[in-house]
Amino acid sequence: MTIRDKILYLEKLTVSFDGFRALDELTLYVEPGELLCIIGPNGAGKTTMMDVITGKTRPDSGTAWFGRDLDLLKMSEPEIAQAGIGRKFQKPTVFEQLTVFENLELSLAGSKKFVRTLLARINPTQQAKINQVLEVIGLADQRHSPGRILSHGQKQWLEIGMLLMQEPELLLVDEPVAGMTPHETERTAALLQSLAGEHSVVVVEHDMEFVRSIARRVTVLHEGRVIAEGDMDHVQNHPRVKEVYLGE
Amino acid sequence: MELRRQPWILAGDDRRSAAFLGTLLLVAILVPILNGAVPPTSSIHLSTYALTLVGKYMCYAMLALAVDLIWGYCGILSLGHAAFFTLGGYAMGMYLMRQIGPRGVYGDPVLPDFMVFLNWHSLPWFWYGFNHFVVAVVMMVLAPGLLALVFGWLTFRSRVTGVYFSIITQALSYALMLAFFRNDMGFGGNNGFTDFKEILGFDLHSDSTRVGLLLVTAIALAASYMACRAIVNSRAGRVMRAIRDAESRTRFLGYSVESFKLWVFVFSAVIAGVAEALYVPQVGIINPSEFAPINSIEVVIWVAVGGRGTLYGAAIGAVLVNYAKTYLTGAFPEVWLYALGSLFVLVTLFLPRGIAGLLARREKK
Amino acid sequence: MFRSELQVNSLLRKGVRWLFVLLLPALWGILPLHAQSKNDQVFLSTLNELREAEFDAKTAIVERLAQTGHSSVRAVLTAFLEDRLYFRNDNQMVVLVKSTEGDPATLDLIDPVSLKAAGSLAADQLTNIGTNNPLRRMIRTTVAHFGLGNPDPAVRLDAVRDMLRSLDEATLSILRERAGIETDPKVKKAIAAGLALAALNSSDAQERLDAISALRGSLNSDVRNKLAGLIEKSPDGNFVESDERVRAAAGIAVKVIDQWRTFYSGIETLFFGLSLGSVLVLVAIGLAITFGVMGVINMAHGELMMIGAYTTYVVQSAMPGHIGLSIILSIPAAFIVTGLTGIFIERTIIRFLYGRPLETLLATFGLSLILQQLVRSIFSALNREVKTPEWMSGTLQLNEALSITYNRLYIVFFTLIVFAILLAVLKRTRIGLDIRAVAQNRAMARAMGIRSEWVDAMTFGLGSGIAGVAGVALSQLTNVGPNLGQSYIIDSFMVVVFGGVGNLWGAFLGGMSMGIVNKLFEPYSGAVLAKILVLVALILFIQRRPRGLFPQTGRSSENS
Repeated sequence: MTIRDKILYLEKLTVSFDGFRALDELTLYVEPGELLCIIGPNGAGKTTMMDVITGKTRPDSGTAWFGRDLDLLKMSEPEIAQAGIGRKFQKPTVFEQLTVFENLELSLAGSKKFVRTLLARINPTQQAKINQVLEVIGLADQRHSPGRILSHGQKQWLEIGMLLMQEPELLLVDEPVAGMTPHETERTAALLQSLAGEHSVVVVEHDMEFVRSIARRVTVLHEGRVIAEGDMDHVQNHPRVKEVYLGE
Repeated sequence: MELRRQPWILAGDDRRSAAFLGTLLLVAILVPILNGAVPPTSSIHLSTYALTLVGKYMCYAMLALAVDLIWGYCGILSLGHAAFFTLGGYAMGMYLMRQIGPRGVYGDPVLPDFMVFLNWHSLPWFWYGFNHFVVAVVMMVLAPGLLALVFGWLTFRSRVTGVYFSIITQALSYALMLAFFRNDMGFGGNNGFTDFKEILGFDLHSDSTRVGLLLVTAIALAASYMACRAIVNSRAGRVMRAIRDAESRTRFLGYSVESFKLWVFVFSAVIAGVAEALYVPQVGIINPSEFAPINSIEVVIWVAVGGRGTLYGAAIGAVLVNYAKTYLTGAFPEVWLYALGSLFVLVTLFLPRGIAGLLARREKK
Repeated sequence: MFRSELQVNSLLRKGVRWLFVLLLPALWGILPLHAQSKNDQVFLSTLNELREAEFDAKTAIVERLAQTGHSSVRAVLTAFLEDRLYFRNDNQMVVLVKSTEGDPATLDLIDPVSLKAAGSLAADQLTNIGTNNPLRRMIRTTVAHFGLGNPDPAVRLDAVRDMLRSLDEATLSILRERAGIETDPKVKKAIAAGLALAALNSSDAQERLDAISALRGSLNSDVRNKLAGLIEKSPDGNFVESDERVRAAAGIAVKVIDQWRTFYSGIETLFFGLSLGSVLVLVAIGLAITFGVMGVINMAHGELMMIGAYTTYVVQSAMPGHIGLSIILSIPAAFIVTGLTGIFIERTIIRFLYGRPLETLLATFGLSLILQQLVRSIFSALNREVKTPEWMSGTLQLNEALSITYNRLYIVFFTLIVFAILLAVLKRTRIGLDIRAVAQNRAMARAMGIRSEWVDAMTFGLGSGIAGVAGVALSQLTNVGPNLGQSYIIDSFMVVVFGGVGNLWGAFLGGMSMGIVNKLFEPYSGAVLAKILVLVALILFIQRRPRGLFPQTGRSSENS
């Protein structure tokens, strides 16, 4: 049996804030190319887990590896971003005064130094990339609209697009469909599914319909630990999950 | 075809920019004619006084540009830009003082009058070389630039932003004012420098020199405008606007926010220094009260009135507000401070986008 | 009627006793009058000799004058010292002149014997009786001698100190005389010091040694210099003081004195630092409150202080006879006036700029210009005089090396009281609780039913009111003019930036420490450079802690 390399190894992560244990020896693996959904009640540690992965928070104990070689706990936030982990936050933070195109342009991989950006001109390859991302996120005809006039859903896609510009290997997506219309939710599901394969995608969500529509594998978090894993059916019928969600 | 505007094309497809530069050109052409070629008895003759006024307004416009670049486009509100521009002014002043030579009151060929008065026997080291114009030119760029570099590095690096930053800039210019007021600093104390005679051999009191200075200022203004335009139209300009609107998000994208701020801050300080350096020979005096906090804040209101984040708006604001000031301080001096104060209040409350914003809104309709 | 004989007798005796008691002062009055009139003549004639005498002769005359023991001697000699002794051209009589200030054409005369007003005369009808330096010195000591006999110990002390400055045999003998009968301990000490100082010149080394040990505890700078002189070399290379033991003792004594003087000087610096610090705290604390709760930097804060100072002026003008009371009343008056102004400003301008701190900064700056000009229009651009009450003026001289001005002392206490009241308001009252809630989490506070707009108005009013109160204090320290606010606004900002806005202690500790640091720099660098150094130090400090000593914690602080 071949042991495939995982793309993300989280082992026994523990994080405490003022005595409150946000993560309690959390162990979780992500396979390359998969679309993993993480669910759990509020306070289960989902956001804290993402914070640890991206370097925003340091755990008290445990390990976190990106692939086989990169020890996330020894890297800074920008280094982790450069290494290929992209995170989309709950609240969309696109640049409201810049156009869709300009938002994507700023997210281009490449030198971020002042003089370089001063003299930078978009070459055809970059142009093509932006166009491609625009297609993927469905905003091609909005390319010259300023960020502030986009709908909530469109902003979320733009943000995913900005993430894609950096060509990440692993995407962490925090509550992508919060506040979206059913139509937008559908489109988002399709978007995320299309991303899986080339990228590994970890989605944190509450909306069960949505999760069911996209997920192959679901992991349930509670009080900082994994309490159940498997496909949607397995998880939904899991006694501990029912207890935690329904309070039985 | 989605290629971005080429940054260096003169004003590109922005009509208002072109209008601004065009007006500047017109002024540059008309002024020498109206002053030199038209006889003084004619009603359209431009007097020496008016000549100086136009020159001053252009310098003010440059100052406004400098402030708009960092405030309107990068969100850095400097309330102490006087620290930078006055240094530039002093650099030019030192050259002009050396040019007086033996024609000063005390007749010393090397030492300016105030040094003789203080019983100094030799020139302090930092005055060496200021008898050469080149040194003045270098220093009017280097002095404000270096100060901005050090100050900016210290503050941006420790993520001092917003009102904290603005207050610290005030403190900076205030400290410089206190320092330069001291008679033993070697900068003329509270009298500063005045009584200039020549620049590069040209008599400062003659109209033709004034016209010359005005033309140089016009060129400097145009050059600064185009340089600023180039910056804001480039990707760097978009990053600046991103920093202005969402600093941490920009940092998250991998941009070194501190480095961007530092670059534009220093550039802005240099433009301001050059502006004041051109101002000093035209008004004939520089003293430490130029460092006063109110001067910096006045520049900010010019930008606010004209419309920040537009560049040409800043220039318009500078001219308009100063015109009002010239008129009011002449006709109703009591009223001027009321007017200025109310301007601040009214513009922030009702006209956040300034006059340029009004123009833009009218266009949209 | 039915009084017994005994009673009548005792009454009579009492009566006679009373009569005697009443008569005696009258006799006392009459007899001296007689004696006086003879003395008067001697006095007057001696006085008139001054007219024509040469300077050396004048010295002798002055001595004789003093010896007459006439009651006017002191006044006459003081007038002489102040160049107010003249003689009339017409009758050659010596007169005193009331005052020559302003060089008037006619001078008011005073009779030298009775010290009563004696009409006036044109200035050119009088000739001044001149003095020179040696004569003045001599007169000064003579006057001091009179001081020695004064019933008030403070006057005696001053007289002794005066005499220490110009010790000669005559003075010494007088001091020795006085030493025997002096009762006041301070005066005794001063006399002992004077005698010891003289003994330093003695030819006997042991006497000099004894003198040095006697002077060891002195803090007087004259003493110290005299002692230091003993260890110096004269121009020819030899020591001034020949005896080695004496030199050694002098050296030690000088060190000890210097140490004590440095110590007290340090305390004085500390006091000045506390005083400056307390002013900084007062001017900054209102700003810290508004900034902490509303995120608003009020650039008109200085002008609110100015209004407080002008309120003091107005209150004082309304009750000219009661300066002390007016200051007390000014405090609540200023608080109310500026507090209401603050609420008005908040309701009309600030609240429309919520969430835009940079714009608020600009708008309030405009407001400051308007307020300044308003005051200029109403009160004129010149400074206004605000008087200090009696109990706040003057200096408390703790010893020769340490003196503290009362007004600063009161202001330190005042600041502590204001701070304590503020703490109490914030921690213990309902409105204080509301303010803290809104400062920490506005959304949550609103959700709990707190009307945040009303709290904003109250907070701004409170901050402004305190600015007004600070203005009352400032009126006692500095000139009250339209530019008062501008002088202190940068300092207020600095304290807020340094102290942070997490809690009141930030402003308190920030202000106090900045004041002390400033005063610590001053002796080495001068006042202006000290200020610059403090500013530079602040900029460097910001490197470490960009949000100040006590930053605002919580998520909301991330949004600036």
